[in-house]
Amino acid sequence: MKLSRSALVILGLLGMLGIAAVFGPIFSPYGVGELSDNRLAPPSAEHWLGTDLHGRDLMTRLMYGARISLLVGFVGASISLFIGVVYGLIAGYAGGRTDNRMMRLVDVLYALPRIVLVIVLISLFDLKLKSLLDGTFLAPFATHARLLLLFVGLGMVEWLTLARIVRAQVLTIKERPFVLSSRLIGQSTPVILFRQILPQVIPIVVTYLTLALPAVILEESFLSFLGLGVQAPLASWGTLLADGASMLNPIDTPWWLIVFPALALVSCLLLFNLLGDQLRRLGTDSER
Amino acid sequence: MLTFLIRRLLSSIPVVVAVLALCFLLVRIAPGSPFASERALDPRTKAMLEEKYGLSGSLPEQLLRYGFNVLRGDLGDSLKFRGRTVAEIIGQSLPRSLLLGSISFTLALGLGIPLGAWAAAHHGKKADSFLNSLALLTLSTPTFVLAPVSVLVFAFGLKLLPPAGWGTLSQLILPAICLAIPFIGVCARLTRSGLLETLGSDFIRTARAKGVSETNLVYLHALRPAILPLVAYAGPLAANILTGSLVIEEVFAIPGIGQFFVNGVINRDVFLVSGVVLVYCLLLLLFNLIADWLTALLDPRIRVAS
Repeated sequence: MKLSRSALVILGLLGMLGIAAVFGPIFSPYGVGELSDNRLAPPSAEHWLGTDLHGRDLMTRLMYGARISLLVGFVGASISLFIGVVYGLIAGYAGGRTDNRMMRLVDVLYALPRIVLVIVLISLFDLKLKSLLDGTFLAPFATHARLLLLFVGLGMVEWLTLARIVRAQVLTIKERPFVLSSRLIGQSTPVILFRQILPQVIPIVVTYLTLALPAVILEESFLSFLGLGVQAPLASWGTLLADGASMLNPIDTPWWLIVFPALALVSCLLLFNLLGDQLRRLGTDSER
Repeated sequence: MLTFLIRRLLSSIPVVVAVLALCFLLVRIAPGSPFASERALDPRTKAMLEEKYGLSGSLPEQLLRYGFNVLRGDLGDSLKFRGRTVAEIIGQSLPRSLLLGSISFTLALGLGIPLGAWAAAHHGKKADSFLNSLALLTLSTPTFVLAPVSVLVFAFGLKLLPPAGWGTLSQLILPAICLAIPFIGVCARLTRSGLLETLGSDFIRTARAKGVSETNLVYLHALRPAILPLVAYAGPLAANILTGSLVIEEVFAIPGIGQFFVNGVINRDVFLVSGVVLVYCLLLLLFNLIADWLTALLDPRIRVAS
């Protein structure tokens, strides 16, 4: 695969975002939760993006929020990737009745308000999972129970499209001569599936990953905005935006608390979507 | 066709039942009681309250009781909004959300399709790539970003529109537009790619050879088969608008069904949550059914095996 120049630019910008998320909070002169008396200060040389209600530096909080948003995005997208690929491989290769049933289930799940069910799952099971984890060796993770639920919940939402795409691919690939010859020399089904067919599907999977990532980030921010996702002391772009939105008033809204989180989120989503667009174009070009 | 639709409908029933049961159980298993407020509740009072609302006994018993009640058309009482039944709450709030949602749905399709068709007609030119970037931008701008920003700009900054509330036409403008914008881009892109694919097919070449003008070719001949992917998207679109509505109702203080749902989850209001989820499921299934039917109607090649 040869990437176009614009794809490289996009990748570079995304890399900068990642670097800011990882190293930004370390080099920032302010701590993430560091309070000060300089409340609701507009952007200045001292606080580049201003401060919030408790005098915390917004830029530091945004870079820290990027960590959470990107982390949830990557893990959630990876989980949905895994489920979708395995499901699609099995359905496509099995064919016939099994395929029919499995795809019918996907159709049905498509028609359900999945994010609504995730809301029910996450907001209700947070405490339960916390107490469950507390008793085991996993106790250090107990404080992040909600984050774990977010990973799983959002991972379970986004796999349907991928399952469909992979299945459609497998349906055509499995008729190709090389699969037949693998079968003739007596290779087992798992070997054929994962060593022969899977590599053929990977380009599409990569393209899909760049589309699933922004989708998961968006859903995490959506839940956090409603107060049902990431919770204090953690902060993601969604909670920062919600904080800003709660300060909306007709007289003097601290606009920076809304505008900068919004810009961060939109530019991140846009970059991923642009990258996905480029990759997809690359895919259709190489097919021709 | 009819038998296909009926079969589709029947096969959805077990799913709805499963989702409803799952939802009910999730809320009941979850820690925290719907009756607890700031102060701890006397166990006897709690037992009495549970008895009154039909939440006594083991979980399967409660579930069965609820299931039979739903079958009789009784969705139960809200536990937090005392004195109001779930059916009452849904009856009052659903029309508001439906009105808002259908305006946004129409906006998304009404603006998305022409924009996409226009981009396809100018394929490969500047206008096309400009529209493509614009579409990517709109679909990267989620509802919950648009809502506070637009309130900041149009309500408080320019003082053009009211910032919140429900009841007048001007209060409807901002929320409906904010809800629609992210999906205009998706609709435009689907229309564009569908059209481009159709425009490359044989019957279009024939029509062109017969001397049909380019405009008629795009808007009359190619558009009908080209919007098939869009029809298939109608179901997911409805689902997205529905969830987007949760945020919009929150930001613009619209007393719609979404606000009651979010409140219900936070308060462990089991009947309210289950009732709203049931309504959501039925709405979406209906939408998908209509989409299936439209697909068959638009595409004569699809002969549904029945």
